[in-house]
Amino acid sequence: MAELGQISLYLVTAAMTAYLIATIAFAIDFSRLAADRPSRVSRTADARELVSAGVADAPVVAARPVADAPLPPVRRAAAIGQSTFTVAVLMLVAGVVTRGFAAGRVPWANMYEFTTVSVVVASVVFLGIQRRRDVRFLGTFISLFALLALFLALAVLYTDPTAVQPALQSYWLVIHVAIATSGMGVFAVAATVSGLQLAKDRAIGRGTQGRILSSLPTSADLERLAFRINAVGFVLWTFVLISGAIWAEHAWGRYWGWDAKEVWSFVIWVVYAAYLHARSTRGWEGRRAAWFSVAGFASILINYYVVNLFVNSLHSYSGV
Amino acid sequence: MSAGYRPEGLVSGDDPERPDGDSTDTTRPTAQAPAPGPVGFGPVAWLRWTWRQLTSMRVALLLLLLLAVVALPGTFFPQRPQDPARVAQYYLDNPSLAPVLERWGLFDVFASPWFSAVYLLLFLSLVGCIVPRSLDHIKALRRPPPAAPSRFTRFPVRDAFASPVARDEAVATATTALKGYRLRRTDGADGAVTTLSAERGYTRESGNIVFHLALVGLLIAVGYGTFVHYRGQVIVVEGDTFANSQVQYDSFESGPWFDEGGLEPFRMRLDRFTSAFDEVSGQAADFRAEVTVTEPDGDEQPETIRVNHPLRTGGASVYLMGNGFAPDVTVTDAEGNVGFSGPVPFVIVDQATYDSRGVIKVPDTQVGDQIGLSGVFLPTAVVDPASDTAFSISPEPNEPLLVLDVWYGNLGLDDGVPQNVYQLDTQAMQQVRAPGPDGEDAPVRVVVAPGQTVDLPDGLGTITFNDLPRYVGLDLRYDPTLPWVLTFALLALAGLSASLFLPRRRVFVRIGQDEGGRTVVTAAALARGDDPGLERELTRVLEPLRPAVGKTDQDRMNQETGQAPDRQQDEGARRG
Ligand code: HEM
Repeated sequence: MAELGQISLYLVTAAMTAYLIATIAFAIDFSRLAADRPSRVSRTADARELVSAGVADAPVVAARPVADAPLPPVRRAAAIGQSTFTVAVLMLVAGVVTRGFAAGRVPWANMYEFTTVSVVVASVVFLGIQRRRDVRFLGTFISLFALLALFLALAVLYTDPTAVQPALQSYWLVIHVAIATSGMGVFAVAATVSGLQLAKDRAIGRGTQGRILSSLPTSADLERLAFRINAVGFVLWTFVLISGAIWAEHAWGRYWGWDAKEVWSFVIWVVYAAYLHARSTRGWEGRRAAWFSVAGFASILINYYVVNLFVNSLHSYSGV
Repeated sequence: MSAGYRPEGLVSGDDPERPDGDSTDTTRPTAQAPAPGPVGFGPVAWLRWTWRQLTSMRVALLLLLLLAVVALPGTFFPQRPQDPARVAQYYLDNPSLAPVLERWGLFDVFASPWFSAVYLLLFLSLVGCIVPRSLDHIKALRRPPPAAPSRFTRFPVRDAFASPVARDEAVATATTALKGYRLRRTDGADGAVTTLSAERGYTRESGNIVFHLALVGLLIAVGYGTFVHYRGQVIVVEGDTFANSQVQYDSFESGPWFDEGGLEPFRMRLDRFTSAFDEVSGQAADFRAEVTVTEPDGDEQPETIRVNHPLRTGGASVYLMGNGFAPDVTVTDAEGNVGFSGPVPFVIVDQATYDSRGVIKVPDTQVGDQIGLSGVFLPTAVVDPASDTAFSISPEPNEPLLVLDVWYGNLGLDDGVPQNVYQLDTQAMQQVRAPGPDGEDAPVRVVVAPGQTVDLPDGLGTITFNDLPRYVGLDLRYDPTLPWVLTFALLALAGLSASLFLPRRRVFVRIGQDEGGRTVVTAAALARGDDPGLERELTRVLEPLRPAVGKTDQDRMNQETGQAPDRQQDEGARRG
């Protein structure tokens, strides 16, 4: 079993190396984006004007503004980034699985393991979106995030694979914690998108959109993308609260006790509820809503690192 | 940030028509730009104005934010209900600050007036918001979809083409394609133009309403639970029986509406307790209490209670919250009369080694003073002769040993003041001391292993270590609202998912003829909220009407390779 744990460690370290390469490749691509791509905003706007002029009551060609847009240029660095990123995820998944076998249980029972699983989820969400639309501009940030999180996990949070204490021996561990870690991964991606939206918005506000920022999709697109991801995250987090309460009822005899961890999870939920509300409140859409998305993820990080490591809590399963 | 700032197209202010018409306008309260102050004077005007403010989206949002903020002090300061010991410690560490914090409720944030005020206001706002919305929605459910506007030019997703399909057939085809939609058909005066208004996805709004109402239900259920619940803690030694009545509990707490007669009189005997520990890490691996439950009707049932697996009985749940050893001892007085006999639970002070502390009180001595013994129980004792200390190295009872200090005098049990069973009140007692090996006065320790009988110093009597049963700490909870809480929570989850992921769409299809008698199709689609699939949906509906050549190979390819969403993304100014 000890050897398996060692293999898992090698795999995770290897994944980190791959993430590092992916970060660099994506960053190179990112810095070249602006030079290669015409601005999407103006293209769309032109197309729209055309259409508005054309459609009267007479039959005309449909409102399909950009169907005939030129094919995007080949982006070699991005392609390298994406393949090394995929390799990194595969190795990390292998690392997580071997860890599970080494410990003889599901591989998400302490902070080191949560981190690895969260990184897997964030990476898979990124790759999943990438399958449907081009979001390689996110690659730099996601792989950098993965790299940092894994580094912290190995340097600070690492514990040897062992069995877990009785309070954690429950299928609720499997469900609740799996969803919580997934939720964190999902929110991480959304917060990255919102962060880019804010950066872009700010630059537009100042009238100094740099080359790189102007190559990103419009703020509106980023906003919608962030919303779709956050919506998934919010449903997951709602389930985290419910399943956590059920588990707490089984293990501690009360479903909600305002333990530090529970307070922060609640705060996170409320912040994201506020985010969803902000999106449909006049004067709060767009940039302000994006701040909520970022604040929500900040609360997640606090809940994860600060509460787990520094606050006295019933949920002291950090294993550190 | 300037008021009304809106990054491009997040919410297009100039929607041709809100998809939900006037019936369920989500932003209604703020959208109609509430007056800066009440219209007119007098309390009624003020009340109305306050109510409109309270039920506006902006205030709801601010209250949500406020709720997040006011919850935070609960993690900065120790909370009495969760950890009274740390509050006491805080008082010692910050003697001047603590009373101030106390006055502001910061040691019990979640029961404080200001926390309650925020969530009650929020829920008031919620009710004020959701009730009219629900009524509107019920009306909308009964109405056919709204009539189509005369022109579609302002819809971001639209289409127009000449169709090879004959007019009447085209209407029939479009009607079929709109299966699942609620339809309203309008035929033009001359019979030449037919307009189909179609709407689907009312569940989205229903889900939103269910979600919000479920939150109200959740709050009510939780609140009711705090009024009728009870909770008791008790320690039961192997072989002993516990009867569910208030006097049997070591500690008992209940809500104001709790009915004492409502305790179901079941009984429970602890037959056996076993524990297992991980050999490598020494961490606890399993605890289980085997019990026999006797129902009020006399029915006997063997059961097992484990961590994470409470026993559900008589409407209450029994949780295994702690365990330990309860050495069974007999203490005699100087003349050999039994002064005390029975198991004494010792409290674990070190979870890794089960070093435990405890007190044996011997009140019924017939000669001499009462006797008190206080000290440690060590499951696997190692005695270090050099320092004359003993400690345990394992939680398993491999080398059990009691190491006790001896006191005599008055235990103070007759004062009528309840005493902590784990502490000796030494006010009226004296400790037996003697010169140690180094000549200094030191407490005399009695060391006794199972099966042994040892003389107490100064001829006070003897102590016999008879047996080593284990005990469990049980927590009994009764809260009849649990199923309701769970139901509302799950309803909220379901409603939320419906409200976020089910699309609500309107599709308008107008079919007419041009001068040449060709069928002309114009169509538009509109969604509520964010809907990446809207354009695809319109394409799907119109597909059978489209001329074969009108559909280019490029289109087909795009669809097959799943490029459509990418195209959508470029459609910058769709409604957010
Ligand atoms: C306990 C307090 C509340 C919570 C936790 C809460 C939570 C939520 C959540 C998570 C959503 C997103 C679901 C969706 O987008 O369909 C939502 C939507 C909504 N909430 Fe609330 N809400 C609360 C109070 C209120 C109040 C007081 C109002 C009225 C002023 C309100 C009005 C709305 C509206 C109109 C939507 C729909 C927004 C849309 O369609 O995009 N909510 N709420």
